[in-house]
Amino acid sequence: MDNAITNTEASSQSAAAKSRRASQHVNLSEALIFERSASGKRAFELPPLDVPAVDPNTVIGGPLLRDQIEGFPEVSEIEVLRHFTRLSTWNYAIDLGMYPLGSCTMKYNPRVNEFVARLDGLATEHPLQPTEVSQGCLRILQVLERCLLEITGMDAATLQPVAGAQGELVGLLLIRAYLESQGNARRKVLIPDSAHGTNPASAIISGYEVQNIKSNARGQLDTDHLREYVTDDVAALMLTNPSTLGVFEERIAEIAEILHQRGALLYMDGANMNALAGVSRPGDFGVDVMHLNLHKTFSTPHGGGGPGAGPVLVKKKLEPFLPVPRLVEREGGQLALDSQQPQSIGRVRAFAGNFGVLLRALAYTLAYGPGIRQATEDAVLNANYIRKHLEDLYDLPYNLPSMHEVVFSDSRQKKSGVNTMDIAKRLIDYGFHPYTTAFPLIVPGALMIEPTESESREECDQFIEAMRAIAEEVEQNPQLVKTAPHSTRVCRLDEVAAARKPILRWKP
Amino acid sequence: MRYLPKGAAERKEMLAAIGADSIEKLFESIPERFRLRAPLNLPGPLSEQEIIEFFRARAAENSKGYTSFLGAGVYSHLRSVVTDAIIQRGEFLTSYTPYQAEISQGTLQAIFEFQTLMCQLTGQDVANASMYDGSTALTEAVLMATRLTGRQHVVVARSVHPEYRQVLTTYAKHLGIDVREIGYTATGQMDDSALDAKMLDGAAAVVVQSPNFFGVIEQVSPLAETAHAHGALLITAVAESVSLGLLKPPADADIVALEGQSLGIAPSYGGPFLGVIATKDKFVRQMPGRLAGETTDSKGRRGFVLTLATREQHIRRERATSNICTNEALMALAATVHLCLLGKEGLREMALHNVAKAQFLRSELLKIPDVRARFNGPFFNEFVVQFPRSARMINSALLRGKIIGPLVLGIPYRELTKCAVICATETTTRAEIEHFAAALTRILAQPV
Repeated sequence: MDNAITNTEASSQSAAAKSRRASQHVNLSEALIFERSASGKRAFELPPLDVPAVDPNTVIGGPLLRDQIEGFPEVSEIEVLRHFTRLSTWNYAIDLGMYPLGSCTMKYNPRVNEFVARLDGLATEHPLQPTEVSQGCLRILQVLERCLLEITGMDAATLQPVAGAQGELVGLLLIRAYLESQGNARRKVLIPDSAHGTNPASAIISGYEVQNIKSNARGQLDTDHLREYVTDDVAALMLTNPSTLGVFEERIAEIAEILHQRGALLYMDGANMNALAGVSRPGDFGVDVMHLNLHKTFSTPHGGGGPGAGPVLVKKKLEPFLPVPRLVEREGGQLALDSQQPQSIGRVRAFAGNFGVLLRALAYTLAYGPGIRQATEDAVLNANYIRKHLEDLYDLPYNLPSMHEVVFSDSRQKKSGVNTMDIAKRLIDYGFHPYTTAFPLIVPGALMIEPTESESREECDQFIEAMRAIAEEVEQNPQLVKTAPHSTRVCRLDEVAAARKPILRWKP
Repeated sequence: MRYLPKGAAERKEMLAAIGADSIEKLFESIPERFRLRAPLNLPGPLSEQEIIEFFRARAAENSKGYTSFLGAGVYSHLRSVVTDAIIQRGEFLTSYTPYQAEISQGTLQAIFEFQTLMCQLTGQDVANASMYDGSTALTEAVLMATRLTGRQHVVVARSVHPEYRQVLTTYAKHLGIDVREIGYTATGQMDDSALDAKMLDGAAAVVVQSPNFFGVIEQVSPLAETAHAHGALLITAVAESVSLGLLKPPADADIVALEGQSLGIAPSYGGPFLGVIATKDKFVRQMPGRLAGETTDSKGRRGFVLTLATREQHIRRERATSNICTNEALMALAATVHLCLLGKEGLREMALHNVAKAQFLRSELLKIPDVRARFNGPFFNEFVVQFPRSARMINSALLRGKIIGPLVLGIPYRELTKCAVICATETTTRAEIEHFAAALTRILAQPV
């Protein structure tokens, strides 16, 4: 099969080289839009000017004006539409199938959310317009805030941060502000070695030093030694719960206690909230401050890498420090955004945050209501079902109860010279996006699998069959796996060359 | 529940396959006292129609039926319906970050095209795949400059958007970065006479916005020279990207921090928007954000991959150039489609329309007794108007007539009393401008 593809490709390439007009199939090759441009073509027309035309040379002055933008696209409307439609067919997407990516929570992005986000009167509003004509937007923010506080069991919120990483940064700045108000901001933040890379990166930007702490032999936080780590210098522990292994930190209450005794705070990375919503609340088990990823747990679309939103939720003692503007309710019930907050850490983004993303998250939450628990249960059910049907073939480094995700390792497959990246690439040939490879760092050769509640039993079974088939291939024909994928347009792109001699734009 | 593809029987079977007699068994690792016994107190569940009605009701409580003259960092521009037709495709909307290049070539090639367009627009060598917005892009540009120069203070024009400066202050505070501000002149441009040796000695960067918050176009090239003479970098922020269709791009700046909302992205009450950092090739390794690079595959076919990832958090963790992970990829795609639709001619024409509308607005307003233009510098689609009385009171009266007036400047700029910054774009009609001028005339004719 591999050879057949090669021959077809080779002949199509030489045919394409001979004829620029005909191509084998629209999906095989699509030039850059700049390579399709021809002078004089345009795709968009403006309505005629209804005021006197002006000469920019007169009103602005020649030296401030530019020449024509060299190389800018010149194409017609159908070419734009075809170009991007063709490109889109080269993407995998949730709408096509499962993404078993651990800690990414790639669930269904409901289409009604897209519809309401585009309503006239919502998509059209200017963030600086008067409060009197923004009550609808502010009501959306208020209802969402209340829902998120109810789900997390926290006391106060900011919807400003526009990504999980920004939420982490804001959370740490809140911790700093609080500790400063207590007399000493302290110097260090403790971060488990299983943490997502944004955790230490955010800590540095907040001005703290990072102290990495090793997980214990069970892959969990080393609570036995935590007391030693939490010196008077330590501001906080950043913890993901459930952990990046998908395991709940059973000694969470003790962890919180140890920190609080020393005047330190517990920050929770809420990336794995899909295991908890409606079942357990971080505010109940000792978390002082946390962020949520609305583009994970709350279904807002990933869009190829954003936009997202990372609201931060806090206990009462941190409330005075929340970023401005804060959503307030004035007498008579009028809502407003208030920037007169003397103890606030300041503004973290212009305007009010990613409103369009927040709106989508609210639409999602309203669809479920209290039934959100069912989504969480299905997510955990799917993950455990997959675990059960793969644990005979793939090594489970930590034999602990999985919640919404399960982490295997490639140690058995390594014996045949095949690693997690190879298996992931072979999974593509079975019609799936790979799981998360090489993370968390504490599992060498990790296969981190999170199906989410959006997968039917059939999809789970299909995934299981694929993984079982690949395990068999590793035994019988490891080369097939090592050279995968075989069914895609391009295969094993040279990342080394891309970094060594970066080509980061088209040039005429 | 319509988003959950399971029936009760299937759940039972799956539990049996796992060997659990109930779903509660799967949550036993959570200490019992932390397991909720009752459902959460949340509104809903709502059907699709009820969701639509809820948001329609909210939409009716906003500014429908009002005309707006607000700019100040968020601009009303024409967007083709083709843009949404493309970004609403599930293959773009519901796809993940393109780490698995073989099945993300759509996203990756689109990012590569976006990076190219941003370079063409700004006159810079390289641009990233997006930051959160203009305010955080500017902040990260400043951090980048301090890393590049090893210096710890920056000089920032007060004519930079106040909210951008506030965000910079929030971040800079904890990184030991000293932010010093410089005023503006009668033209509304940065006061470069204040850029003396004392200010610039040991500065990592000079930061200016063009067109600035007052709508005035800054002289970037001489500022770059001055900065470089003192070993500092020049950072230029651009809040109104349509201006780059007509105005000289800030090619002499070392780093450009751009807000791309004007490029086909709805105002949406403040977000999601589109930040971009563009810079010189020699600075690329200190630039934050994702980068798509061209390469070939094992059979020599052209393809694209995320590259230079050793700058980023998932590789370098605490030594990363930034903590940024999720960015604004779909908005970057929207801008890419939008710019392809407008093309070379269309963007320029749109920019010309903006200039024409703003000039007409200005000439109509200056006909009104005691209404003045505050600055005399060249402007694109915004300018500062000075009223004979409180701008806030005037706006209240305008609002009663369903007009959202210009942004009052007296809070961020105490010295600019009775002033407001007003904007007209290609979407502002002649009738709206004339109606506004008439309303303002009536309001000012009344005794205070």
